[in-house]
Amino acid sequence: MATETEKFVGTTRKVTSHLTQNEGLSFEKSAAGKKAYRLAPLDVPEVDPSALLGEAQRSESAELPELSEIEIIRHFTRLSTWNYAIDLGMYPLGSCTMKYNPRVNELVSRLEGIADAHPYQPEELSQGSLAVIRLLQKCLIEITGMDAITLQPAAGAHGEFTGILLARAYHEAKGNPRKTVIIPDSAHGTNPATAAMCGYEVVNFKSNANGGIDVEALARAVTEETAALMLTNPSTIGVFENEIHRIAEILHAKGALLYMDGANMNALCGKTRPGDFGVDVMHLNLHKTFSTPHGGGGPGSGPVACKMHLEPFLPTPVVEEGAGGELRLNYDRPQSVGRVRAFYGNFGMFVRALAYILSNGPDGLRQTTEDAVLNANYIRKKLEDLYELPYNTPSMHEVVFSDRKQLRNGVRTGDIAKRLIDYGFHPYTVSFPLIVPGALMIEPTESESREELDLFVDAMRQIAREVEENPQVVLDAPHSTRVSRLDETTAARKPVLRWKGQGTGNRE
Amino acid sequence: MLREIGASSIDDLFAVIPEEYRLKRDLEIPRQMGESEIVDHFKAAAAKNANGYASFLGAGVYRHYRPVLIDTIVQRGEFLTSYTPYQAEITQGTLQAIFEFQTMICELTGMDIANASMYDGSTACPEAVLMAMRVTGRDGVVVARTVHPEYREVMRTYAQHREKESGERTQEIGYAQDGRIDLAALEAAVTDQTACVLVQSPNFFGVVEDVPAIAAIAQKKGALLVVAVAEAVSLGIVRPPVEADVVIMEAQSFGVAPSFGGPFCGVIAAKENYVRQMPGRLVGQTTDKQGRRGFVLTLSTREQHIRREKATSNICTNQALVALMATVFMTVYGKEGIRDLALQNLAKADYAAKALGTQGTLLFAGSPRFNEFVLQTEEAPEALHARLLEQKIIGGVALKRWYPELGNATLWCATELTMKEQVDRAAGVVAEAAAAVAGR
Repeated sequence: MATETEKFVGTTRKVTSHLTQNEGLSFEKSAAGKKAYRLAPLDVPEVDPSALLGEAQRSESAELPELSEIEIIRHFTRLSTWNYAIDLGMYPLGSCTMKYNPRVNELVSRLEGIADAHPYQPEELSQGSLAVIRLLQKCLIEITGMDAITLQPAAGAHGEFTGILLARAYHEAKGNPRKTVIIPDSAHGTNPATAAMCGYEVVNFKSNANGGIDVEALARAVTEETAALMLTNPSTIGVFENEIHRIAEILHAKGALLYMDGANMNALCGKTRPGDFGVDVMHLNLHKTFSTPHGGGGPGSGPVACKMHLEPFLPTPVVEEGAGGELRLNYDRPQSVGRVRAFYGNFGMFVRALAYILSNGPDGLRQTTEDAVLNANYIRKKLEDLYELPYNTPSMHEVVFSDRKQLRNGVRTGDIAKRLIDYGFHPYTVSFPLIVPGALMIEPTESESREELDLFVDAMRQIAREVEENPQVVLDAPHSTRVSRLDETTAARKPVLRWKGQGTGNRE
Repeated sequence: MLREIGASSIDDLFAVIPEEYRLKRDLEIPRQMGESEIVDHFKAAAAKNANGYASFLGAGVYRHYRPVLIDTIVQRGEFLTSYTPYQAEITQGTLQAIFEFQTMICELTGMDIANASMYDGSTACPEAVLMAMRVTGRDGVVVARTVHPEYREVMRTYAQHREKESGERTQEIGYAQDGRIDLAALEAAVTDQTACVLVQSPNFFGVVEDVPAIAAIAQKKGALLVVAVAEAVSLGIVRPPVEADVVIMEAQSFGVAPSFGGPFCGVIAAKENYVRQMPGRLVGQTTDKQGRRGFVLTLSTREQHIRREKATSNICTNQALVALMATVFMTVYGKEGIRDLALQNLAKADYAAKALGTQGTLLFAGSPRFNEFVLQTEEAPEALHARLLEQKIIGGVALKRWYPELGNATLWCATELTMKEQVDRAAGVVAEAAAAVAGR
């Protein structure tokens, strides 16, 4: 029988320990008189703010920190070293499509005429920006197989909102906005949240034994009061709905629409097109499929593509080409649902997504999809003996396991995820989708080489062995980070959401 | 790898897609380009935009100098290519930076709590309105017409179905002679069914609203006061709207390039008792098992991934990297710098208003304003703009498409980047225009 000191602890191959520096809050090293800025001298007369503003003048300055430039650079540089990032290694996060963020995107989005363009500058002086919008629109329409598109929504959830608004406007124009939206229980949380925001009642639809849509049950569930079905395809368990054309038929027969959540487009791009298999309206995530950087949580961009019957309702304005080839913004759209945001959308992300599309071309996009699906299936094959596959259906660009085998030793998906950190990886998506108890959702993307995939597989296999022979090392993970598991309960019960001077900022 | 999987070709892995839907042709998109070609493509696009023009455009998007440190820091892969900080142990960099952001926003706005960003100022408005409705349990909304017209359009889009259901329409209150919200009309409109009054300050005309007076009217009837700040730099010298219950900010002025309208950085800040109704991500301070300070996303039960259809908002991805730009900007300028910067803006705009005002008529002249002003001219804005463009000057936005009653008026902005020489040249053109009209 193994003694305490002989219990198996895996060998990490991707990481060693490394030093990270400590760094407090910027306010904690602030001192009056330190400066990191110098303005150019005024070339106009100075003014007396109290004369100009009167009672509207600020009496006390905001307590922003005062630091020197080197202190600021060190501050943020040290902070950055505490982050994991794609630039450091793979993110196996299912449904997030954490692919490489090309640096040429960053360069072109910062070009002077592009970065400095004001949305209200004259159209004749914005032909470059309008051309970027137009070309991206054309590419995305071709990729999705749809007829029209808006780039206005700022992110996926915003795109979902826009898409359901389009659906609602379409139904209203026909005389009945209808009452419900059907949403599979495997859906991302933004789907039901969005439907509720648009005034629809959510009908939660149970997935079948394969984690997909039970088409017969759907046929019974769709009525004349169904506005739409919100479907993610491939589903959140990474499986293609191969009866999708029947699903579309059922919906269309009752005058309902098929909305596709395009978060998993990385499995379809260049191989098939949603518009071809019956989708009426869908959103895309430029920060997933189209490589724009996540930046710690955003910005994203959530274009919405639709078929012609929804085109009149698109947000205003739309970009059009005049007789002489000049591009302009058309605001005269009487049936539009209105604006979903000011100006034209997250233009900086359009530049990046377009650069990505141009750097790939038709062959490149097809190959990225093939590699993404290949990589996911490789991982599936290499881990299916140790982790349970809840569904036997073929995986596309992501694979979902469950923690059922590990649960026998009291170890859950969340614990395995934390132990994965010690092996130098960011965790996979934990406990989602909800239809798989104890889910481990893994999406490697096409960016990962076989070497990185093998390191990941090696880590997961070693952890599986640790679960059998030494579960405590997994339950107490992570061991190698600068902070260990944080107390989220107290953080929620007694929220401290800002720093306060004099002490640690704790308040009752 | 295919062998290991047991597939004979890559097509096996796509067999699950019904045959009739498998694409058998190439996508009709431009051919694959080399990196230099991509750079050339966008340089060509940039060349077709305005280059080397003096610009007096503001109207919700402001030209401010971006300290070099911003891109130095946000271009670090550890910030740029990092994911949402759900796994706190390996994202303390992002989380601490957001905590600092939240703190600085509170300091600037006079609120107790701030979130980790919304998409932008315009979408933060309907989110704040929905928040006020949850807090008060009421349906009515009162909005000033001096709020940015596109912000109001967005609010209308979000309110559509709700208004049809409840029968409550959003009421728009006009402005008085001084360019500020008509207080008498406001008083008449606010009832005990009003969830919130929403104003912008400085407003779309650049005029600072009388926030204490507006607050008194709103809160007397138990309505919340929501104040939107579109020009964040104004908070360096203009008093913060401390009487408000909720403050919306567009932080684009804090080091975010205009970029033809996005991505920007919205924020919602509020008094602390509203924290559980706040949409968007929140970062909180806590400790780990060894008592070390750390930061986590918190109060997630408000959000979509937990509450689904009962969430306070459907927002998931926000504007984290852009918020980081704003954080660096606020840190670089700091307590003194943000005030000095705002003072420069005040001075430049005052000079510009006086110079242009002698050639046209300055509207709302007696009211306090920050870095924007409204100029009335005899010449129609189309003709005036054409003259200015010949001098490589982009003049103020014509207002008639949103405020037809203001005739030929244009909205001008001057920031610390506006040069005296540019103002003098613009004034010269406006003088020419005035002379031309007088001569007819």
